[in-house]
Amino acid sequence: MSLLIHLSWTFALLSVLAVGGGTAVLPEMQTILAHQFGIDHTQFVHIYSIGQLAPGPNMLMVLVIGYQIAGLIGVGVVLLSFFLPSSLMCFYMGRIWNRFGESPWRRSIQNALEPISIGLMSSGVYAVAKASVVSGITLALALVTLYLILRTKINPVLVILGSGGLGALLMFFLN
Amino acid sequence: MSSQIQNNAQLTQLSNTPSLRDLFTQFFIIGAVSFGGGIIAYERILLVEKRKWLSADEFMAYLAISQTMPGLNSVNLAVLAGDHLRGWQGAVIATLGLIFPGSLLVLGFGMIYASAADHPSINPILTGIAAAATGLLAAVTYKIGDTHWRHVKSLAVIICTFILMSIFKLALPYVILIMAPISIYLYRPGQTQ
Repeated sequence: MSLLIHLSWTFALLSVLAVGGGTAVLPEMQTILAHQFGIDHTQFVHIYSIGQLAPGPNMLMVLVIGYQIAGLIGVGVVLLSFFLPSSLMCFYMGRIWNRFGESPWRRSIQNALEPISIGLMSSGVYAVAKASVVSGITLALALVTLYLILRTKINPVLVILGSGGLGALLMFFLN
Repeated sequence: MSSQIQNNAQLTQLSNTPSLRDLFTQFFIIGAVSFGGGIIAYERILLVEKRKWLSADEFMAYLAISQTMPGLNSVNLAVLAGDHLRGWQGAVIATLGLIFPGSLLVLGFGMIYASAADHPSINPILTGIAAAATGLLAAVTYKIGDTHWRHVKSLAVIICTFILMSIFKLALPYVILIMAPISIYLYRPGQTQ
């Protein structure tokens, strides 16, 4: 029971802190999960990758984390605690905004928060890269994917599946 | 309560107000087909172009709130659009529709992973996918950063945030407590971009 409460509190906190989207809390999530729930970095990156393969918001991967920690009940707890607090805040903010409309301070705060969330996202990239870029092959795969996503219109899922397959083959033959 | 009345008044004015079932179905479709991100783009096509449930201006305003508030931008947008169209019930229905298909799939994958994590072929495949996913995340971050990478002020805030978070390894609340006042001061009304 205390595990579920701990899990719920953790994800509720991450939900409220996820300013700028879920990727902003990736490094924090990784640290907390490693220290308090025994999800190591490799597992975390694997679960993150699984999230990339499903449609919808890619942060739905938090459900897999809930499953790993506490089974199906964990999934329910994580679903509610990760999506409810931020959605409620946004819901009421939307109603307040509709009442007040555009003001110079609202614009300023929004402009000020944007670079912070981009900085946090960069930290997310760094955290995931530290755990996933572990050899020359993985570095090459990451860079090729980066190039393909930025420069072509190929569906990202195909790029990721292709890189995963190719990487697996390379690592299989080189080991 | 007054906003409820206001919403009801709005409902009777709009001719293109969707039923809750229609709202669920449309967001469900987005949640089911938006492989590889870009959900916001799908939402815009639905809300502004396909069904004309929101004007382009309303969409941009809601997008701005979605990005400023905590939580996933695509989910926040579903909350706001749902509330706009059908009040709190609409918000709940649109959000559930959006996350339902992906939740089922990701959970399916997760269960396979949990039961097959020790299989020898799983590790190299997921290692490859993880490396590619890192490339994708970097690309998405670069794209979302957009013009911020070229503005000195933005870049300084980005770099300081990154250093506090990744190099000094401060907890996220402290990073925000330090950076938010500095950044809001830098971007206070009357300042140029």
